Amino acid sequence: MTAATSSATSLRAEQDRGRRNAQNKEKWAQGRTYISAAVILIWCLAPAYWMVVTAFREVGFTYDTSILPSHVTLDNFNTAFDTSFGNRFGQALLNSVFIGGVVTLVSLIIGVFAAYALARLNFRFKYLVLGFILGASMFPGVALITPLFQLFTNIGWMGTYQALIIPNISFVLPLTVYTMTSFFREMPWELEESARVDGCTQGQAFRKVIMPLAAPAIFTTAILAFISSWNEFLIASQLSSDATQPVTVAIANFAGAQPNQVPYTAIMAAGTIVTIPLVILVLVFQRKIVAGLTAGAVK
Amino acid sequence: MKTPKFLLPVATAGVLALTLSACGGGGGGTTGGGGAGGGDAANNLDGRGPITYVQGKDNSNVVRPLIEKWNAAHPNEKVTFKEQTDQADQQHDDIVQHFQAKDASYDVVDVDVVWTAEFAAKGWLQPLKDKMAFDTSAMLKPTVDSATYKGTLYAAPQTSDGALLYYRKDLVPTPPKTWDEMMGMCSIAKQNKIGCYAGQFSKYEGLTVNASEAINSAGGSVLDADGKPSLNTDQAKAGLENLAKAYADGNIPKEGITFQEEQSRQAFQDGKLLFLRNWPYVYNLASTEGSSKVKDKLGIAPIPGKDGPGASSLGGHSLAVSVYSKNKATALDFLKFMTSEETEKFYATQGSLAPVLGSLYTDATLVKKLPYLPVLKTSIENAVPRPVSPFYPAVTKAIQDNAYPAIKGEKPVDAALSDMQKSIESAGAGS
Amino acid sequence: MATEVGPTPVKAPASGGTPIHHGPKGVGEDNKILSQGKWASWLLAPTVIALAVVIVYPIISAIVMSFQKDAGLDPATGLFTAGGSAGVQNYVNWLAQQCAAPAGGTVACPPGTLGAQFWSATATTFFFTVVTVTFETVLGFWMAMIMARTFRGRSMVRAAVLVPWAIPTAVTAKLWFFIFAFEGIANKLFNTSILWTGSEWPAKWAVVIADVWKTTPFMALLILAGLQMIPAEVYEAAKVDGATAWQRFRLITLPLVKPALMVAILFRTLDALRMFDLPYILTGGANNTTTLSILVINQIRQGFNAAAALSTITFIIIFLVAFIFVRFLGANVVEQSGATGKGKK
Repeated sequence: MTAATSSATSLRAEQDRGRRNAQNKEKWAQGRTYISAAVILIWCLAPAYWMVVTAFREVGFTYDTSILPSHVTLDNFNTAFDTSFGNRFGQALLNSVFIGGVVTLVSLIIGVFAAYALARLNFRFKYLVLGFILGASMFPGVALITPLFQLFTNIGWMGTYQALIIPNISFVLPLTVYTMTSFFREMPWELEESARVDGCTQGQAFRKVIMPLAAPAIFTTAILAFISSWNEFLIASQLSSDATQPVTVAIANFAGAQPNQVPYTAIMAAGTIVTIPLVILVLVFQRKIVAGLTAGAVK
Repeated sequence: MKTPKFLLPVATAGVLALTLSACGGGGGGTTGGGGAGGGDAANNLDGRGPITYVQGKDNSNVVRPLIEKWNAAHPNEKVTFKEQTDQADQQHDDIVQHFQAKDASYDVVDVDVVWTAEFAAKGWLQPLKDKMAFDTSAMLKPTVDSATYKGTLYAAPQTSDGALLYYRKDLVPTPPKTWDEMMGMCSIAKQNKIGCYAGQFSKYEGLTVNASEAINSAGGSVLDADGKPSLNTDQAKAGLENLAKAYADGNIPKEGITFQEEQSRQAFQDGKLLFLRNWPYVYNLASTEGSSKVKDKLGIAPIPGKDGPGASSLGGHSLAVSVYSKNKATALDFLKFMTSEETEKFYATQGSLAPVLGSLYTDATLVKKLPYLPVLKTSIENAVPRPVSPFYPAVTKAIQDNAYPAIKGEKPVDAALSDMQKSIESAGAGS
Repeated sequence: MATEVGPTPVKAPASGGTPIHHGPKGVGEDNKILSQGKWASWLLAPTVIALAVVIVYPIISAIVMSFQKDAGLDPATGLFTAGGSAGVQNYVNWLAQQCAAPAGGTVACPPGTLGAQFWSATATTFFFTVVTVTFETVLGFWMAMIMARTFRGRSMVRAAVLVPWAIPTAVTAKLWFFIFAFEGIANKLFNTSILWTGSEWPAKWAVVIADVWKTTPFMALLILAGLQMIPAEVYEAAKVDGATAWQRFRLITLPLVKPALMVAILFRTLDALRMFDLPYILTGGANNTTTLSILVINQIRQGFNAAAALSTITFIIIFLVAFIFVRFLGANVVEQSGATGKGKK
């Protein structure tokens, strides 16, 4: 508002007009916001919606393009888990959980120490170590896979769990270290200081004071690490076997009742099954995950 | 208090160090394979005893009952079944891994027709000659050719697969015998406002199959008898041109360039195609699936060629004996058992897999179960194996990369064939 | 590897503002730093050793392999013979697109060999990188600006944008393959009959659209976090000074979000450069959608050693891009993530 010098009445009139204008503008802006928000919602959800609709459609009507659900059936979910065509989707789900679990656990156990050191301690070569871990996270998977393919062939590890877990650690671990480092930097370390004043050693202070406080951060990091392992495809597509393959590979290679037949509806059902736990996880822990994703970038 | 916190990282580091040394042990930059195996091929020819049979997923439960039967009759030469994954690439890599390690535990392996040459060239497969001779006289010749490398039989053909021409018998009273005849019938398709012909022309393995079929059907061939490419011929040109021209004319609908087996089946079932080249699996689906619009209008015929039936590309599997096997005499007997007439019949009825024995294609009970068998026999009799080359991945890529733009009309057929020729030559020239 | 698994930029403790918490107190007391160094080396040892095993060992191994020849065929016996040392031949073959000639020596790779695809795969990789990252940045910015406003249902929108991010890329690729089928919903909705996977540009755009769908939300969240760091008073002050919306965006929003944005772009770029899952499943690499990663995978079964050379080249390319970003474009990743904000160059 500019400082008006005119008489009181004209000032009021002007203010009224200004308010009305502002209100109209506000309404208009609000309207545009809602339209934009709707566009975003549709853009993000429509393809996912199509996956779900197709998952519930009879296989004979795979290419039906009616927008609303039609020829609804649950058969595809049975087909997805049916092992008689050589698909082992159920097994693959367990494999993904197992591989993701081990990778997450190992990365967290190892990474939490490194993150503590990077966030809290001052030492020479800190930037070198940071650079090294950062470089590791940029590393292209294909550069790992060629030597590993040959190595695992030679030592008979092709298609084993360890052949999938070890390369997975190479990109989940840097991720873990980075996320944890940025979380650790925001922790109230004064508490550690006061614990030490109270006679705790640095180690005790870390374990008794910091760890409980860090639990939510560790949990968030675990979710992110698990998701990234769950989504891995490149390594698994080349090094896994039928018995150890994770869901991503199982879905990409889904076979039908006949050779050459591709059961899209069952694939979409499998995709839905794989996605739903993640979406639930993401919705429930939305705030935490967003905090985890962005922790590093803005603090 | 302090110790545990120090111990953990140390312990972890220790574990990792162990892993490191384990990795270092097997590493190194040497290539596997090598031409070794000459010596191994002469060993253990009289060996008898338990063996292991390796095959991909036994989805229709054919192999297990057969092995039980064998084991009951041969208590001292029992066969153990090692079931591999369902994925062809994974099966391939699994076999490579075991042979590279000269593993004697893979006695008899089931090989896809396109791997036979590679494994034979690596020296991993026992030549089936002299003491190990295997009789193939009752088998369809093309299936035997697909198991032969450089004039030597390396595997026993077991199952086969060939292409069929599906057509709309409500619109076409008699199926076309030649390619030109079929193209002539495309006016019928136009009248009915549907596409005329489709195969699998998306850029993947199916294109290799379709392009080779076109070339072979026109009297050409991808590789000559010595395994050298022979694509700079008029016949090869005529074959590939047939496809390119059909696409340019719209006789192959433009979406045909995106079709794999399933999309082309879908188009045919939706009544959008007059002719379809596909595998036998389509027969049951198109005649029974709920949404199929061609249930009662489905006809089958051999794929058309230049003057008669065309040359289908051949699929299927063969059984090979490892050169590292300790019990090769048993292995050979097992090969004979697994390819006997009785076994083949069981394969056909139980697993819907096409037999390699010519006599079975006219067997009344089998034909009742698989009505397409007589037509399929013509198809397989005229079939040409997919290029038998130890560099199959390179050969198939050379065909796909050049046939694809040629069909789309983006590259002259001459140039495409000459590039195909050069690419395959280059692959054969080693690294 | 974990392509598009959003968290990448997480790894980017970025620039932007001074770090809130400085490292431990008492910086500068040399002996304290020394003892901390001892501590630090114990704490870091497992991570460094683990990464050495899973990354450094394969790199070295790949480099060793890349100087070996692949097994060749003995024309007389038809059997394979071991290759021996190749010198730099594998690298020369890729970079100059040379293939073995039947008569010995090399010739220019004819179309239909993997060797003939090196430069086109490089161009495709960079095309995907530039186009997807540009779209993701622009769209992401727009989405972030919307989400930064207050309106009813905002939390719903914020939750919805996480959905594409949560779907595994392999599933995404299958889904879009299905959507882009000739008889699929995309052609139906827009009443077109485009052969999405049948010719070069539609195929490329299909990959771009699928990738943008998958990763934009993530970019948006990152930018949103950056936006929320800007105090509202700054905007109020600018408004009072009569700045237009565009001026506010250009003079306030952009500079303040830039550090976080640069890091996000860097990580998305490096991720896009190793793109694999999406084109591999969606188009199979046909119609000029073969990226460098796909080329390596295709080469593995035709010869380990040439594949090792190619993967080393790929790594070097990615490394160079990262270097250029950090050096010249001011994506201060390492320095800024250190506890002592060393500031920009």
